[in-house]
Amino acid sequence: MVMIFGIPVQALMGQLLVGLINGSFYALLSLGLAVIFGLLRVINFAHGAQYMLGAFTALLLLTVGGINYWLALLLAPVIVGVLAAVVERTMLSRLYKLDHLYGLLFTFGLALAIEGTFRYFFGASGKPYAPPAQLTGAVNLGFMFLPIYRGWVVLASLAICIAVWLLIEKTKLGAYLRAATENPVLVQAFGVNVPLLLTLTYALGAGLAGFAGVLAAPVYQVSPLMGSNLIIIVFAVVVVGGMGSILGAIVTGYMLGVVEGLTKVFYPEASNIVIFVIMAIVLILRPAGLFGKEA
Amino acid sequence: MSAKSETVAPDHVAAHPRAGQVRLALVAVALAGLLAAPMFLYPIFLMKLLAFALFASAFNLLLGYTGLLSFGHAAFFGGAAYFTAHAVKVWGWPPEAGILLGVAGAAALGLVIGAIAIRRQGIYFAMITLALSQMFFFFCLQAPFTHGEDGIQSVPRGHLFGLIDLSQTLNMYYFVLAVFVIGLLVIRRFVNSPFGMILKSIRENEQRAISLGYSVQRYKLGAFVMSAALAGLAGGVKALIFQFATLTDVTWQMSGEVILMTLLGGIGTLLGPIVGAGLVVSLQNFLATSDFPVTIITGVVFMICVLLFRRGLVGEFFASKIGKRLGFRAES
Repeated sequence: MVMIFGIPVQALMGQLLVGLINGSFYALLSLGLAVIFGLLRVINFAHGAQYMLGAFTALLLLTVGGINYWLALLLAPVIVGVLAAVVERTMLSRLYKLDHLYGLLFTFGLALAIEGTFRYFFGASGKPYAPPAQLTGAVNLGFMFLPIYRGWVVLASLAICIAVWLLIEKTKLGAYLRAATENPVLVQAFGVNVPLLLTLTYALGAGLAGFAGVLAAPVYQVSPLMGSNLIIIVFAVVVVGGMGSILGAIVTGYMLGVVEGLTKVFYPEASNIVIFVIMAIVLILRPAGLFGKEA
Repeated sequence: MSAKSETVAPDHVAAHPRAGQVRLALVAVALAGLLAAPMFLYPIFLMKLLAFALFASAFNLLLGYTGLLSFGHAAFFGGAAYFTAHAVKVWGWPPEAGILLGVAGAAALGLVIGAIAIRRQGIYFAMITLALSQMFFFFCLQAPFTHGEDGIQSVPRGHLFGLIDLSQTLNMYYFVLAVFVIGLLVIRRFVNSPFGMILKSIRENEQRAISLGYSVQRYKLGAFVMSAALAGLAGGVKALIFQFATLTDVTWQMSGEVILMTLLGGIGTLLGPIVGAGLVVSLQNFLATSDFPVTIITGVVFMICVLLFRRGLVGEFFASKIGKRLGFRAES
C-alpha cells in the first residue's frame, strides 16, 4: 500500500475529498454572506436557516410535488430567495439606519424562529434524500473511488462561485452593486433604484444558501438543525478571509475545508476546532483577515 | 450600541424633588419581596431566576456600558459551572472556594477570548466571540473532566464556610440572594467608577477616547474580563443550585438567550437585564410542560424587540413620563 507521511494514500485522499466537499459548502455560504454584508452591512445570521430551508424545500418538492432533484436545484433557491426578499422588504430594511449589530440580532431571531418551526413540524431527526439516478455510483480513479455525486458537488459549487464572481465583477448589474457598496447615496442620485438593489442582493445571498442546501441534501441528511452548527464555522471562515473580497471568501472556504479534512487524518481530536484555531492565529497576526483591507 | 443609534429627546419632564426617596423605597420593596418570595414561589425556580438575572447583568456590563456585543458569554457561564462542579465534587472543596475557582476560571477564559476578540470591532467582535466560544464548547465535549454528554452530575452543595448547610433549600436560597445582591452592587460600583465612565466614553465615541489618550484596548479588555468573571459567578452558583453542570450551558443557544434577556429588559439599564431574565425564565418554565418549542417564541420575541422596541421594557418605562418623574435614567 502506498503511504504518505505514514498514512495510507486512500485514507488521505478520502479525507481530502471530504474536506473539499465541506469546503464547497463553506465557500458557497461565505460567498453569500460576503455578498450580503458588502452591500447591506448586515451579517446574515439566518444564512444557516436559509441553507436548511433550501434542503427542506427540495425534500418537500420531491415528497409532496414529485419534483425531481434537477428541477429542485433550480426552484428551491428561487423560493428561498423570494422568501428572503419578503423578509428584507418588510422588516430587515427598517434596520439599515441603525447600528449594524441590530441586523445581526434580527437575523439571529429569524434563524431561531425558522429552525424552531421546522423542528416542531418535522422533528429533530434527519431525513434521507436520495441523489439523482444520473449521479449515483462511483468511478475508480486508480488511487481511490470517487462517488460521482461528491464530485458533482465540488464542480457545481465551483461553477456557481465563479458565476457569482463574474456577475459581480464583470456585468453592469455587478458594477451598480459595487458602486452602491462604495457610496449608495451617489448611486441613487444617478437614478439607480438602490432599495431594489438591496432587496435583490439579499435574495441572491439567501438563494445561494438555498442552492447549497439542495446540494447538501443527498450528502448530509435533511434536518432542521443542519444549518445552525455550520453557520458558526462559516462565520469563522469569513473572519479568516476578511469580508472585503468575494474571491477571498471563496478561496478561504475551500482552503479551510481542505485543512479541516487533513486534520481529521493527522490529528482527529482537533478536527472540530482547527478552523477556530486558525481564526485565532490569523486574528493575532493579521487582524483584517487574509484578504481583507485594514478598516 | 443603544445610545449611538437612538437619539433620546431632551428631558422635558423634570424629576420630582423627592424622586430619590421614592426610588430607594422601590428598591427596599423589591428586596423585601425577594426575601419573602420563597414562601410563595418554588425556591429552585427563584434561584434559577436570580442566577440568570446576575448572568444577564454581567453580560449587560459589556453590551450596555461598553458597547461590545459578545456572542460567546455562555463559555464563561457554562465554563465556570464546570469548574465549580469539578472542584466541589472531585476535589471536595467547600462551596465558596468552588465558586471562587469558577469566577477565576471564567476571568482567565475571558482574558484569552477577550484579548483575541478586541482586535476587531463591531460585528466582527460578535462573530469572533461566537466562534471562540464554540471552540470552547468542543473542548468541553471532548475534555475528560466534563464527562461529555453526561456532564458532571450530583454535585454536593456542601456547607458554606463549614457552617451553613446549603443542602437545605432555604439556606441555599438566601445564599444565592446574597450573591446576587453583592454581584449587582459590584456592577453598580463598577459602572459608576471612573473606569466605567471611560467605558461609556468608548461606547459613545471610540476615536475620541483614543485621541484623549486612553488606551482603549486595555479598558475594553478590562471590561471583558470583569463581565466574564461575573458571568462566571452566576455560572458557579447555578452549578450548585441544580447540582450539575452540562453542555447546555456552554452552547451558542445559551449565549443567544442572555442577549435576549438583556435586549428584552433594556440594554444599558441596571434593572433591564433582571426584568428580562425574569420574563425569559418564567416563559421557559411555563412552556416546559408543553411540546411547543421555546425557540420559536424566543426567535419571534427577538425580532419584535429589534424591530419595535429596542430600548427594551425597562428602557421604555424609563423614557416614559412616569419614569422621568421618578428620575430614572437609562445608562446610569
